[in-house]
Amino acid sequence: MRSEGSPLLLKIAALACVAFLHVPLLLIFLYAFTTEEKSFQFPPPGYTTKWFGVVWERQDIWDAIGLSVKVAGIATVLALILGTCAAAAISRAKFFGRDHISLLFILPIALPGIVTGIALRSTFGIMDIPFSTWTIVLGHTTFCMVVVYNNVLARFRRTSGSMIEASMDLGADGFQTFRYVVLPQIASALLAGGMLAFALSFDEVIVTTFTAGQQSTLPIWMLNELIRPRQRPITNVVAIFVIAVTFIPILAAYYLTREGEHTAGAGK
Amino acid sequence: MSFSRSVSNTLFRHPNWFLVILLAPPLLWLGVAYLGSLSVFLFHAFFSIDEFSGFIKYELTLATFAELFRLSNFDVIIRSLVMATAVTLASVVIAFPFAYFAARYARGKWKALFYILVMLPLWSSYLVKVYAWKLILAKEGIISWLAGELHLTWALDALLAIPVIGGPSLSISFLGTFLVFVYVWLPFMILPTQAALERVPVSFIDASSDLGGTPAQTFRHVIFPLALPGIIAGSIFTFSLTLGDYIIPQIIGNSSYFLGQAVYSLQGTAGNIPLAAAFTVVPIVIMGFYLAIAKRMGAFDAL
Repeated sequence: MRSEGSPLLLKIAALACVAFLHVPLLLIFLYAFTTEEKSFQFPPPGYTTKWFGVVWERQDIWDAIGLSVKVAGIATVLALILGTCAAAAISRAKFFGRDHISLLFILPIALPGIVTGIALRSTFGIMDIPFSTWTIVLGHTTFCMVVVYNNVLARFRRTSGSMIEASMDLGADGFQTFRYVVLPQIASALLAGGMLAFALSFDEVIVTTFTAGQQSTLPIWMLNELIRPRQRPITNVVAIFVIAVTFIPILAAYYLTREGEHTAGAGK
Repeated sequence: MSFSRSVSNTLFRHPNWFLVILLAPPLLWLGVAYLGSLSVFLFHAFFSIDEFSGFIKYELTLATFAELFRLSNFDVIIRSLVMATAVTLASVVIAFPFAYFAARYARGKWKALFYILVMLPLWSSYLVKVYAWKLILAKEGIISWLAGELHLTWALDALLAIPVIGGPSLSISFLGTFLVFVYVWLPFMILPTQAALERVPVSFIDASSDLGGTPAQTFRHVIFPLALPGIIAGSIFTFSLTLGDYIIPQIIGNSSYFLGQAVYSLQGTAGNIPLAAAFTVVPIVIMGFYLAIAKRMGAFDAL
């Protein structure tokens, strides 16, 4: 006989796991209000909201946010175009080398980020390409494309090709078919993939350290603070900001793709 | 006939042209920019560095690979492998009860909630997660405080006094590095394990207990073997991500190198591209074997 309720021990273990996953993130919220500047003292000796104002005044942080948004925006647009092309080709047609090509499309996420980063860095060195916004975009698009590809491919697999044929039979040309038949079918997958790509790029640090040179995206700014903490309270506030910026697209993407598929989160 | 119509008609009549147009941009990007860079870089492993001038000698040699087996370099490889293994095993132990609970007992709204509870930490900022642990593990942080409040400071000190894994404080020890790795990669273990557990038919478990199996026997002979492909799929992530990471050990841990850090410093300050390339080959080869074994055990069907 299987008992209907869950064993107490299992419940406790599962709850402990939830706490392990979430308490650290909650702690950052607490620390953002601490009056202590020089250490990570717990419990905080006092509470203040002044750090939010201090961060607001900081030009270097605004510049870093600006660069991060710019890079994430461009990389997302490029990833949407390239990823959709790739997904359309892989899902619709059977051709020689298809399996190898589909493997290539997930390789940038299967291999550790450091491999992507260092390979690009050495190529920039060999070809004398100076670091710029575009070198960062190049790196980010490489893995953002994979996220879009996975999302759109999953959608194409669930939609039938006969709709497209019907549209063409009824006299629509290819562009009309794309605009009125294909696009509505994949729109929410595109939106979800795009938002995840944006969140991924906005947060990316490993590939960026190799492709940014002296430029500072928001994650690079944070990384420097982590290695040599100088402005702890400010870092706390920036961390909260980053949590907020990445959580919203993740939740939105979840609601857009939850109808019976999990690809949104399949592999980072 | 309009231009756009004639273009689209031509493409419709020649699906292969259309395929080429679709495939060309992503293939050029990944094939040339990504794969091209990667091959050129990795090929440097067959060159060596001139010890006097510090320039790369462009003659094919296996000497750089041989250098990997020098004690100081081999140490780095072993340390990374041990860490990746420990992190993977710990992730399995922590993830399994949660995944089992979410797969078997959570229903409807609760199921969605559990899913989000895993997805949020999975997708939230990597650096913020590492930063949170810097706060937690600091000498003046919450763990020391908790230990003090519970009169367990002696236990914490004893833990830190253990040679090799201990250190002056949790944030400067392998123990700390290990904790952060487990935290950051845990969601990657939970999701595939849960997916595999959800496919275990309830009737199998009922059948096992009807036939006299104790819960422990049912777990060992029915549930665990069926969940194994999912666990292995998750371990691909925890193992590979730990193996390649160079940020976490740099921020939380003592000064000994892991693979990623070795590669980073070799290509950066040391300027030894050939050895950096040889070091990069190591995780790729290890993951190649790992994936081959995982595939044989059916992990890819569980993804």
